[in-house]
Amino acid sequence: MVNGGRTLILIPAFNEEGAIGAVVREVRELLPDLPVLVVDDGSSDGTAFAARAAGARVMSLPCHLGLGGCVQAGYKLAFELGFEEVVRIDGDGQHDPRFIPQLLNTLRESGCEMAIGVRRGAGGGYGTTLPRRIGILCFRLLLRPILGRPVADPTSGFVAVNRRALEVFARSFPLEYPEIETLVVLQRRRFRFVEVPCPVRPRLAGRSSITPLRSFYYVVHVLLGVFVNILRLDARRAARAVGETLHDG
Amino acid sequence: MMVEPLDILAILSVLLLLVVLRAIRREHIRVEHSVSWLAAALALIVLSRLGPQLEAAAGALGVRDPFLLLLFLILIVFLGVFYRFSRIVSELKDMNITLTQRVAILEFLLREKDGSA
Repeated sequence: MVNGGRTLILIPAFNEEGAIGAVVREVRELLPDLPVLVVDDGSSDGTAFAARAAGARVMSLPCHLGLGGCVQAGYKLAFELGFEEVVRIDGDGQHDPRFIPQLLNTLRESGCEMAIGVRRGAGGGYGTTLPRRIGILCFRLLLRPILGRPVADPTSGFVAVNRRALEVFARSFPLEYPEIETLVVLQRRRFRFVEVPCPVRPRLAGRSSITPLRSFYYVVHVLLGVFVNILRLDARRAARAVGETLHDG
Repeated sequence: MMVEPLDILAILSVLLLLVVLRAIRREHIRVEHSVSWLAAALALIVLSRLGPQLEAAAGALGVRDPFLLLLFLILIVFLGVFYRFSRIVSELKDMNITLTQRVAILEFLLREKDGSA
């Protein structure tokens, strides 16, 4: 994998010993030609061992950085190795790897910088709990005027990105709860995204790190992150306008 | 004997100064990160010696009790210190994340060369 290739499957994982092996095996069975990189975010269990035993390459972070730092480390490596596309899936087994080809095809055909796998549960919802569905709805309403278009599932971690997005994310990526802020980062660069419906499955093992108490912190953090990103965008526009005025003068 | 608030402030400021100097000597605080605390302690010592000026300033600003103005100024001093340290911590966190990612990438590439990744 040192020489790189076209597409990399990236799986960020933190204490996913119970699920990561099955996830890696499933991906490798379905897509044997694609390299699988598990980024172990300083797990205290046997996540790295289980992933390696299942046939993945494992990059272990020396300490726990959180989801954003973990994913960005994978993006940085993929960019440095020259990969053209990266598909990110979760290590808990909720994302169905059978939809990876569809995600990649949509990314290539659309010319967008990112394709998002929109979660659809068995009941037609997001395959998640009611409070989270309400949270997702609020974020959708918040993001619509910012992005200038509707977004169905702004918190999905099942995404494919091309090299242009990879270059941006290798340099700048939200460090905690990155999915929603990522969309704003894309918007700042005038990049586009496309959505692909992808059914989700129950977790294979473990529990979500977002507890009810953390949900509150999540909402505040994301709102603040989105707000800061918009401010940066406005500052850039203002600087550009001043530059153009000076240039014209 | 009544101890004036300004005298209490002076005593606490000198104590803060001594604690910070002791921490520097024991290398618990790096010199460059002690500057904010030393500046804060000195500012509070100066403030504690400005009783008449504080009363005049309180009168000019329409603050009924000079003690309230004193508390407000102390708050500003410490908010300044906290703000500076928030910036330092944020910069350090960014650097730590970058370093952690770089270490992981280099270690991964080395293991790839060995064939043990």
